Amino acid sequence: MDNFEPLIAVFSCHYCSYAAADLAGSLRIQYPPNIRIIKVPCTGRVSVNHILMAIESGSDGVYVAGCLKGTCHFIRGNYKAEKRVQYVRDLLSEINIEPERVQMYFMSAAEGNKFAEVAREMTEAVKKMGPSPLNKSSS
Amino acid sequence: MNFRESLESGKFLVTAEVGPGKGTDVEHLLKDADIIKDRVDAVNVTDLQSSVMRLGSMAFSHLLTDMGIDPIFQMTGRDRNRLALQSDLLSAWVLGIRNVLALTGDHPTMGDHPHAKPVFDLDSVSLLEMIGKLNSGYDMAGNELKGAPDFLAGAVVNPGADTEAALELQIIKMKKKIAAGAKFFQTQAVYDIDLFEKFIRRVEGLKVPIIGGVILLKSAGMARFMNKNVAGVFVPMPLIKEMTDTKDKVKKSIEIAASIVKRLKDLCQGVHIMALGWEKMIPAVLDQADI
Amino acid sequence: MLIAERKPMEEILEMIEDFERILVLGCKGCVTVCCAGGPREVKTLSTLIRMDRKQKGRKVITLEDSTELQCEPESIKPVLEKMANQYDVVLSMACGAGVQAVAKLFPDQLVLPSLNTNFTGIAEEHGVWTEACLACGDCILGRTAGICPVTRCAKSLLNGPCGGASEGKCEVSKDQPCAWQEIYHALKRLNMLHYLKQKPQVKDWPVHPGRVVREDLREVEAT
Repeated sequence: MDNFEPLIAVFSCHYCSYAAADLAGSLRIQYPPNIRIIKVPCTGRVSVNHILMAIESGSDGVYVAGCLKGTCHFIRGNYKAEKRVQYVRDLLSEINIEPERVQMYFMSAAEGNKFAEVAREMTEAVKKMGPSPLNKSSS
Repeated sequence: MNFRESLESGKFLVTAEVGPGKGTDVEHLLKDADIIKDRVDAVNVTDLQSSVMRLGSMAFSHLLTDMGIDPIFQMTGRDRNRLALQSDLLSAWVLGIRNVLALTGDHPTMGDHPHAKPVFDLDSVSLLEMIGKLNSGYDMAGNELKGAPDFLAGAVVNPGADTEAALELQIIKMKKKIAAGAKFFQTQAVYDIDLFEKFIRRVEGLKVPIIGGVILLKSAGMARFMNKNVAGVFVPMPLIKEMTDTKDKVKKSIEIAASIVKRLKDLCQGVHIMALGWEKMIPAVLDQADI
Repeated sequence: MLIAERKPMEEILEMIEDFERILVLGCKGCVTVCCAGGPREVKTLSTLIRMDRKQKGRKVITLEDSTELQCEPESIKPVLEKMANQYDVVLSMACGAGVQAVAKLFPDQLVLPSLNTNFTGIAEEHGVWTEACLACGDCILGRTAGICPVTRCAKSLLNGPCGGASEGKCEVSKDQPCAWQEIYHALKRLNMLHYLKQKPQVKDWPVHPGRVVREDLREVEAT
């Protein structure tokens, strides 16, 4: 388990965190290769089922990275995403999966550093938790 | 004189109240009743007050009749449907109970069995109408009774309703209660006499005796609790301060109650003293108020 | 519309414990609108069931479908027949009526409820519903300015409020306005306060279970 490398799905907003990821790339800032970015027009588009599907299909962690509060291109998308993330966390608790596997982050397009930092933070956290219970039983 | 005679005589009425407790121990309550026996025209017996499960009103009312006290049997629509209410009234009559106070009742969530099924098949108004029907020899379904009661029915009104809507609705409902046969009204506790006077001016044309409620203040804390939690009761700040500042709470409590009783003498037809366990103080209150 | 909420997962999982092939059957009526048992929620619940079984290392097959209206036999039949023999149990995401309609139509099929049906209500805003109608069978809204005291007064009082309201709120909950005070304001606004002075009423409660028959709509036998 020492060399466990988690797979982490990131729902990334076109206007901020996706641009931040771009910037991180341009600035040659390293971040863990564990994350898989799914670009969305707004985190408000991420539904409960999207997050659940990511977990079911093998992600050890999922996070939604939206704009800083108050700066959503669609006004409230990131607030909606935050509530849905909380709802999914509650659902996961109900079936004994650690809710901490699902997180919400906020960042601006200019925060390439933050994007990398969050990717590292989440990767470390999920590494500590170990593989998703769904992945454990199948292996 | 029984309560009906006192009411009809037009004298200033004094009623008190006992709340049976949780369990079969009635001795101290009977003792308390004995203390006030000669000073009151009737004693109300509450019906599972605050929706807390207790000894029943009918049984305790009956015990009072045995002592020569005329009870006012309080009956709420909270726990019984029309079958049980009518049957209990007939039972009460054969046990010597002659006066009924019809109430809607607190919601069960207010008490110690909050998930009990609320009944409210009849409310205070329809309860009064039903009593009238029983008195006339018929049940609610129109069936003839073999032997009819002849209850004196009363009702309650809350003069301290705290919004315009609440007050107007109280008065409309009061009129409905009178039309349904209420022969007297007892009120929620009165502390703000000016407010009460305004209420009395609104309803004096209805020509039905009103017995103003008086609750003995036991402490400033109790006053604050009632202000916060008891609908229609408001103890003004100066009274709370008097209770805080006094060294002798019992003496002060009697003093305050007596001064309220004195003022009520000019405003309504009686006082209903709710002593909440301090029944021993009632004679002193009445003495100080010159009754 | 009927308002319902999903049961706790623990309860649902215990009910389906013994079954491997589960038809999760949503309804596109009320429970879709209140986001409790429509196609989206069918997907969510199915996913949760699969994830639970996977953790336990137990097999499960979830079939997902929704009826147009699960309280209507015509809408249940095609959906269930389409998937006949592919499932062991129907886990309904409809209201209590929907569950019973399936059970009645398929008496040899075990049907389980995954929702708790709360009440007939109004959407106050997205995500907030309040109870509005008790389906008492004798509507008096015409006299109460469209505010139902049978439902919205905690004591279902018909002849005016009790004395328990405080600052316009019901004695049962500070979040709940006194229905009678609301009726008062509404009638005042409509200039119809005299409606409050009608003669007292006693509610004659309906006998349950109810049954409504419309002869004009029933099938006719040609003779």
